[in-house]
Amino acid sequence: MSELRLIKSIKEIPGQKYEYLAPGHRLCAGCGAPQLVRIVLKAIPDPKIVINATGCLEVATTIYPYSSWKIPWVHNAFENAAATAGGVEAAFKILEKKFGVKKPHIIVFGGDGGTFDIGLQALSGALERGHDFVYICYDNEAYMNTGIQRSSATPRGAATTTSPAGTVIPGKPERKKNLVEIAVAHGIEYAATANPAYPVDLYNKIVKADAVEGPAVIHYFNPCPTGWRFDPSLSIEIARLAVLTRVWPLYEVEKGEYKINVMIKKPRPLEEYLEKQGRFRHLLRPENKWMLDLLKKDIEENWKWLLRRAGLA
Amino acid sequence: MFVQLKLLLWFRRESEMGKIIGLNGDEAVAYAVKQTNVDVIAAYPITPQTIIVERLSEYVHNGELEAAFVPVESEHSALSATVGAALTGARVFTATASQGLALMYEILWIASSLRLPIVMALGNRAFSAPINIHCSHDDAMAARDAGWIEFFSENVQEAYDLTLIAFKSAESCLLPAIVNLDAFILTHSLEGVEVLDDNDVKRFLPDKRPIYPYPIDVEKPTTYGPLALYDYYIEMKRQQAEAVKEAYGKIVNIMREYSEVSGRKYSPVKAYFMDDAEVAIVVLGSAAGTIRTVVRDLRSKGEKVGVLSLTLYRPFPEKELMNAVKNVKVLAVMDRAYSYGAPGAPLFSDIAATLYNVEEKPMLFNVVYGLGGRDLTADHVKFVFNIAKEYLRKGIVEKKEIWIGVRK
Repeated sequence: MSELRLIKSIKEIPGQKYEYLAPGHRLCAGCGAPQLVRIVLKAIPDPKIVINATGCLEVATTIYPYSSWKIPWVHNAFENAAATAGGVEAAFKILEKKFGVKKPHIIVFGGDGGTFDIGLQALSGALERGHDFVYICYDNEAYMNTGIQRSSATPRGAATTTSPAGTVIPGKPERKKNLVEIAVAHGIEYAATANPAYPVDLYNKIVKADAVEGPAVIHYFNPCPTGWRFDPSLSIEIARLAVLTRVWPLYEVEKGEYKINVMIKKPRPLEEYLEKQGRFRHLLRPENKWMLDLLKKDIEENWKWLLRRAGLA
Repeated sequence: MFVQLKLLLWFRRESEMGKIIGLNGDEAVAYAVKQTNVDVIAAYPITPQTIIVERLSEYVHNGELEAAFVPVESEHSALSATVGAALTGARVFTATASQGLALMYEILWIASSLRLPIVMALGNRAFSAPINIHCSHDDAMAARDAGWIEFFSENVQEAYDLTLIAFKSAESCLLPAIVNLDAFILTHSLEGVEVLDDNDVKRFLPDKRPIYPYPIDVEKPTTYGPLALYDYYIEMKRQQAEAVKEAYGKIVNIMREYSEVSGRKYSPVKAYFMDDAEVAIVVLGSAAGTIRTVVRDLRSKGEKVGVLSLTLYRPFPEKELMNAVKNVKVLAVMDRAYSYGAPGAPLFSDIAATLYNVEEKPMLFNVVYGLGGRDLTADHVKFVFNIAKEYLRKGIVEKKEIWIGVRK
């Protein structure tokens, strides 16, 4: 990956000439998805196409007869974005060989429901078969499009409409699944986490993911003011706090080598992150301390695990 | 029936019409698919379809076919990948049966609504439970409302021919197409199959791309599969309904064209001794051959019986069927599937709906047979004709639904 056009500053991100997502879409103010899409489409050169799983990004950008997409865009169903992308990729490869049709860069967007849950099988199959695409999970940690139901990406203790902050069970009892580790277990060459508060890091990771022959997976922290219940102006601040509290470690796995991109030597108190979001506020009540402790343990264990993987512990 | 066909083929060989090779139903489909110069095959193994994808992967791995074989992890992904591949303008194929079709169900509707010319072979197998690998038409019937063209083959030769007809129909009508072939009875039966010369296939089915006329193209960015609500959805569905209706005439022409290329006559409906038949059976798939044998036998005794089988099931051949039964007094509709709690099994309901507004129409009754591979014997068929004759004599259908071949 020596000749990659990696950047050092946000000023190097290509400007207005390279916008592929038109304004006027119906994504919520403060949603992390449009920023993700814009940066991804700037980082990946032409020709390029997008495959989109059913979800917020899909419904909010393609309300017929309008579309925000200035490049070819395909939506098939909820759980099959990776399978659809696999078919597109296989077809372009053989058409290139037989008929000289040029294969575009293939980018897949799926939410956490479409990736962690219902689409996990299709994703696993596509990763195992080695289709050449960049799969990006924009993770807003619940089924936001259907009205904030818990997914296997919802962190422990978070309140959703199907894991409410009840008097007996205060939020989601189970811990969050590790998507990057699942992706890495397929032996793929590149997987990484990303976050909108670190756009340079995000941009460079997309460049690297795109450069890989075969599949690459990006797991993106997608702030959701509606589902997490915070003011839209706080999106980036919350995203940054997720990194600074070790909730969302920024790391990448290149050919099995783990590298922590933003080292958090001294984490900020988790409470700073939690108190800003309605979904977590109940955890700060004394009677729910047991759940808060479990969440803290998840975060601590995950960080220690990452240090071991990165050869730092 | 098979013997007769082989004799026919033997005469053909004498006249050097085509090459005859021994193939089972699955192999015949795979052979036809290879001849189309297909680009992408995405499929998942399931009995009794598996031989199709085994042969196709052999063709690919041995360099006989330049195609991408995508060995997906489920039937849901098989059809999903096929949808993606078809959008690029590639020629695509998949195959499944029974549970596999059920797992694909969601995507059947998406494939047809995106107007993608996908061809699928369906080795008609009973739905679970209990799990069973043999023939019912459950899967074909589950797909009947999904906007796919559906063909039924009666024998291995037809499975081969209809696969080629299906590609041309799908690509001409911009609709996906299913070729049904009965589990084991056809998928695993060996026949001498007369195959077309590769060049004849190319003449019938031109080898040009893109197959889908609006393929993914970065120069013409298109949004495929958007959100459309109450302000546009119903118009789109109406257009789709019109497209399926219009497909009928196109398919008739394609069948005619294929008849010329192959020397084997194809039309949506096959009528046997129907001109003056007083009682008749209508059926789908391989059972037609057995029934035809009985009809021949009864005709030799002077009985006015006939049989009608449908090669094209969707779009439904309403006019041809009305025309074929206009002199029939009692019509037995034989279903190899059931629709629980419905006023009739699927084919029966289709035919009743077809004939309801016709003034001079036969009395109808529904015969359920062969579920899960239960044999249909000549005696069963004679039994059905006897009931039909009894109803004719009495002037009334005493039982609208009977099941045959069921242990007491």
